[in-house]
Amino acid sequence: MEIIEYIQLVFSDYTLRTITLGTAVLGAVTGMLGSFAVLRKESLLGDAISHAALPGIAIAFLITGSKDTNILLIGALVSGLIGTLWIRGITSKTHLKSDTALGLILSLFFGFGMLLLTYIQKQPNANQAGLDKYLFGQAATLVESDVWLMTFVTGLCLLVLLLFWKEFKILLFDKDYAQTLGFNTKFIDILITSFIVLAIVLGLQTVGVVLMSAMLLAPAAAARQWTNSLGKMVFLAAILGGSAGVFGTAISATQNNLSTGPVIVLVASVFVLFSFIFSPKRGLLFKRIRLIKNRNDLELQKTLAFMYHIVEDHDDTSHPHTIRMLNNFQGYSRKGLRKLVDKNYVEVEGGMWSMTSKGFKAAENLYNQNGKND
Amino acid sequence: MTDAQFEIQLIASLVAIACAIPGTFLVLRKMAMISDAISHSILPGIVVGFFITQDLNSPLLILLAAMTGVLTVVLVEKIQKTKLVKEDTAIGLVFPALFSIGVILIAKFANDVHLDIDAVLLGELAFTPFDRVFYGDIDLGPKSLWVIGIILSVTLTLLFLFFKELKLSTFDAGLATSLGFSPVILHYGLMSVASITTVGAFDAVGAILVVALMIAPAASAYLLTTNLKKMIGLACFFGVFSAISGYWVAHWLDASIAGSITTMLGVVFLFVYLFAPSKGLIAVLYREKQQRIEVSLITFLLHLKNHSEKRERHVNHLNEHINWEKVRSKTVLTLALKNNMILITDDIVSLTDKGDEFTSKAIEYILTNEDSLIEDMKDDFFLFRG
Amino acid sequence: MEKIAVKVDDLTVAYNYKPVLWDIDLKIPEGVLMAIVGPNGAGKSTLIKAILGILKPIAGSVTIFDKPYKSQRKHVAYVPQKGSVDWDFPTTALDVVMMGTYGSLGWIKRPGIKEKKRALEALEKVGMLSFKNRQISQLSGGQQQRIFLARALVQDASIYFMDEPFQGVDATTEVAIINILKELRKAGKTVVVVHHDLQTVPEYFDWVTFLNVKKIATGPVKDIFNDDNLTKTYGINYKVSIQK
Repeated sequence: MEIIEYIQLVFSDYTLRTITLGTAVLGAVTGMLGSFAVLRKESLLGDAISHAALPGIAIAFLITGSKDTNILLIGALVSGLIGTLWIRGITSKTHLKSDTALGLILSLFFGFGMLLLTYIQKQPNANQAGLDKYLFGQAATLVESDVWLMTFVTGLCLLVLLLFWKEFKILLFDKDYAQTLGFNTKFIDILITSFIVLAIVLGLQTVGVVLMSAMLLAPAAAARQWTNSLGKMVFLAAILGGSAGVFGTAISATQNNLSTGPVIVLVASVFVLFSFIFSPKRGLLFKRIRLIKNRNDLELQKTLAFMYHIVEDHDDTSHPHTIRMLNNFQGYSRKGLRKLVDKNYVEVEGGMWSMTSKGFKAAENLYNQNGKND
Repeated sequence: MTDAQFEIQLIASLVAIACAIPGTFLVLRKMAMISDAISHSILPGIVVGFFITQDLNSPLLILLAAMTGVLTVVLVEKIQKTKLVKEDTAIGLVFPALFSIGVILIAKFANDVHLDIDAVLLGELAFTPFDRVFYGDIDLGPKSLWVIGIILSVTLTLLFLFFKELKLSTFDAGLATSLGFSPVILHYGLMSVASITTVGAFDAVGAILVVALMIAPAASAYLLTTNLKKMIGLACFFGVFSAISGYWVAHWLDASIAGSITTMLGVVFLFVYLFAPSKGLIAVLYREKQQRIEVSLITFLLHLKNHSEKRERHVNHLNEHINWEKVRSKTVLTLALKNNMILITDDIVSLTDKGDEFTSKAIEYILTNEDSLIEDMKDDFFLFRG
Repeated sequence: MEKIAVKVDDLTVAYNYKPVLWDIDLKIPEGVLMAIVGPNGAGKSTLIKAILGILKPIAGSVTIFDKPYKSQRKHVAYVPQKGSVDWDFPTTALDVVMMGTYGSLGWIKRPGIKEKKRALEALEKVGMLSFKNRQISQLSGGQQQRIFLARALVQDASIYFMDEPFQGVDATTEVAIINILKELRKAGKTVVVVHHDLQTVPEYFDWVTFLNVKKIATGPVKDIFNDDNLTKTYGINYKVSIQK
């Protein structure tokens, strides 16, 4: 399918439009809130919460017998919160560490959820089919009201974010200090956590419990590489999350047999990989280039300083010397010498080199500077 | 009980033991979430291996998938080293990506073969007795039994051979290095064992249960003992107990065996978490209450020792300056009186000789950082505890 | 009689029910530049945190200018230990200093031009104006400490609590910081500093508190900064050649 054709289809086809909007909004809200999770060093909490939500879905179904998304999500919300609280309880009251607590809640709740799901499936009268879409998510089952719900939550989240921006920022950066300023840090804490849990629960239908945590982390981790401002990071994470949703949906819609969740996650992962390598400030590639450049600069300076020592004893500083005598020097390379020539610091004729007055001055400066630093 | 039922329980028990052993070390090394990462990211390895071998129990597939597991660990560590993101974010980034690749590979290329996502997440313990190994015409038992049996024997052999080294590097990596045991080799050794076990168990019990079987028994055991040998023993026991009881619960509910075993693991953990003698929630809460009062008592006694002025020793001062509410002040006063630590005359409190001796000793212990001795001292001095 | 800025009564703090501070009575007169000294684990930071209400004491009370601390927050500024925050946090030097204005702004209200001006002035005072847009991870240890100091200066408080402001800073920063502290004292402010380097106590401070779980001594440096109190605080014959 041509791209233009696809875009036309997004606008004309009800299902595709709903899915695209849904995944975009979802990506945006999880990206936004994920930034906070990442900065709070609670990256894996999202994974635990999303898994812990599964039994809630099953229990909500068992109690109500309804497959209404909203009812099931309330169940998910409750059991996600119970999981979160239990993790806090384990780490604060026993000597088990947070990684163990996370792993425990994640696997135990999920296992229990699976037990309930398989139990439901075996019930003769149940219209159970469809509950297992919460494992990997099925964006195709999104309907307009789901998108409205997501949009509503996103709007609410945005409003709270704007209102309490300053409080969020200071809590994330320096909790003790925030407390001395008179802010109720517990309240802000609960506010952030509740929204993170809410965003996770909203994503379960689309991305599923298994991969939901990536929706939280990947856009934020990618956005962090491009900016040093919290505001821009949150904004960028929302954009990246939204784009991952749109592109992921497009790819899975145009291929057979691809569930949307894994594709969105993979697209977001590609964003991360790209950012890790190519971000101009922190990226690995540019770090590497800067490292090599610094090393070359240093070697060039060393060579110049070495030449300076040779010529400074002569009355005529531009007296030629053989290139061979440079070979003993470690920092010397042909390329380096060529660079010095390019900079007009040195002239080369045959096998001889001589320093120009410009080069002499540069070397003298260098020498004085190093002397001062010592 | 039929033969098949017996075999399923045997396989589940062996898997439980094979998981509990590396799990114990992962929990102690604060790397529990690594097992979660490994269990998810071996999926692409399994899928690729399956394309090549067309057999979920082939040794080649197990090795390939285990390599993906170790690769995950390496990848996570590489990302952590770049310092571009915080440590746990690295784990959270790597495994969903690899898992997604696995899911997509299955969806694209293996949709019609015997390998689906449900099996990946939950395993098919119930079907394990039907895939059997034959030598000529002789039935040698289920394939899974062989696979997990071999993995368990290797794990046990390694455990016995390197127990001392593992113990040392887990509790004191610095000392281990100085004695010449490379923590790096032990670390990757452990990661390899964990990966291989995960792959071997994966087919039978699925990705999530592997994590539960690794972490939950070890965590439960850790709340009961800090002795490494006892901890491993207990973890294995909890694992096997949950495996067998879980099987029967699943049988009764007609639901997933893997989910049911996990649920039993959860029940065991919940039970231990609540009732463990000294580290369980109830014991901790009780002790905290006791200690809160006792530390208040010590605070009060010290205050009496520090101040000779009557004003500071008046009963009302407790409320005014020490800032305690009435109930607490009263509890502390009563406890001190009951233990013959103080005398009250005309609402002025003073230390008895016993109270004075107790307080002096307590100060000394705290100043010399030997806080633990205070607990012993409490046993000597207290007739009644808080 | 001089006014008492901070009054601590019978303060006891425990971590996991083990006392780390015991029955501390302390009066800090207004206008002093005071060092809190004591060995590692003596509870120096704990004392500050308990005064500021970051840690909940099991006994005792704190008053600031004769009123409970909670009602006096606006008079108190705090410089935490540099290592207590994540310096890779995505924010700039100016932004961190602006946080000093958040307390007076209260909930929801955003900092405006006035607050920005105050922050810039504080940055200038600590000699960091040219670094205002620098990402905080790209600052040296000394520069990060100055940013923290500037953030407290913005609060324009009467009492400053600082937790090891000289730790891991270069010599230039140390001089810059102590000059600002002395300036604050001159302006009549009270400054309380957790300090490690005993050698510099007489030179930098006019008031000192010796602390080791219990309060050993408190008073003017010239009266009580002697070998006797040092030995009582640090155990074994602890002697410092005091530069007069």
